[in-house]
Amino acid sequence: MMKKLIVLAFAMLLASLALAQEAPDALVRQVTEEVLEIVRKDKDIQNGNARKAVDLVDAKVIPHFNFQHMTALAVGKDWRKASPQQQQQLTSEFKTLLVRTYSNALTGYKNQKVVYRPFRMNPGDTEVVVRTEVQQPGNQPVQIDYSLEKLDAGWKVYDVSVAGISLVTNYRDQFGHEVRNGGIDGLIKAIAAKNKSLEGNLAKADGK
Amino acid sequence: MTGEIMMRKRRAGLAGLIAGALILSGSALAQQPVNDPFEGFNRAMFAVNEGLDTVAIKPIAQAYDFVTPLPVRAGVGDFFGNVLDVRNVLNNTLQGKLSDAGVDLGRLLINSTIGIFGLFDVASELGLQRHDEDFGQTLAVWGWEDSSFLFWPLVGPRTVRDTGGLIVDIYTDPTWYMINKSVATRNSLVALRFIDVRASLLPSDKVVDEAALDKYAYVRDAYLQRRRNQIFDGSPPRLEDVLD
Repeated sequence: MMKKLIVLAFAMLLASLALAQEAPDALVRQVTEEVLEIVRKDKDIQNGNARKAVDLVDAKVIPHFNFQHMTALAVGKDWRKASPQQQQQLTSEFKTLLVRTYSNALTGYKNQKVVYRPFRMNPGDTEVVVRTEVQQPGNQPVQIDYSLEKLDAGWKVYDVSVAGISLVTNYRDQFGHEVRNGGIDGLIKAIAAKNKSLEGNLAKADGK
Repeated sequence: MTGEIMMRKRRAGLAGLIAGALILSGSALAQQPVNDPFEGFNRAMFAVNEGLDTVAIKPIAQAYDFVTPLPVRAGVGDFFGNVLDVRNVLNNTLQGKLSDAGVDLGRLLINSTIGIFGLFDVASELGLQRHDEDFGQTLAVWGWEDSSFLFWPLVGPRTVRDTGGLIVDIYTDPTWYMINKSVATRNSLVALRFIDVRASLLPSDKVVDEAALDKYAYVRDAYLQRRRNQIFDGSPPRLEDVLD
């Protein structure tokens, strides 16, 4: 029994190591297919159940994102003005907002097909872009690009763009505006207030 | 008055804005991340459009989305997509992208014949990818890269350059040429395309509503990013990264 457990633990360790070393394009493909497989079977998510979509994104997608880098990109030059504690708060609030955005996009899924564009990288690359395309009959294909960087913990996504629109840098002007009005703390408050109102929407939906 | 305050003034009068736009020198604009000197006017038009959308356009698009079966929706989308290939051939040629123009011409010929007047996108099945180009992109490739943002009711987000581009696109659009045959047919086609496009955007409504701190700024920046992506044919140069 003990021996079996040890073997199992060892196998799991190997599997997680293999995942961390996985090529970035294979990682994107694996996570995308895994998430779509779940959405295809889940009528609740397809009917717009935001709570379930958020849980799915939390479990499957979040571990592969570097939110600190994403937040820095969204905030832009003001990021350097923030103290480490403020940076941490910003990252935590922005993460909640992005997860929500990403989940909303998932509930719009209706049997589209995801195609993976040809991927090339050099052995020493530490930053790459993996390009995919979502195809739907009668509609223009939508280009979705993932920017990844190589960290000790493996490849992590630090930017996602849909039809050329970065979900991250699209906030730069709005965030800059909040910082000019109320400083870094003002920005933290503004994102927190947004998250709170979205949480209100979720609670209302749960009550239905 | 600095450019920053000028740009940020939410309810500045139109006269003040025009005067301000004239005062703003090119270098003052260059320091701004977003080229939006007409923000006061644009926000007013955005509000008008949101109102129109809520009371009329969105409900019609939702009804259309609800009653139209998927194969019909796909046929409508493919039909107008085929019409747009005329524009793609023209603008690829004007931009000197001759092989893309050739592919789009091939698409047009295949879809208009085997695809039964464009109702089926046979060319895509055969692996001929569309190269989406319009006259606004052509003007950008010819050197007019940066242009002030403008928001129009019904038309939606544009820039000064893309507004000019749109006028040329309408003149080169076969749908509008139906006027020679029948005004009623042309109007029906233009209205159908308008509602079909709006319906295809329905799933992203909630995404934008919930993602934006300021919906106007979110829509504007998304439009400008998307255009930059289109102008560089899907691979724009990366913007600087603050962590580097």
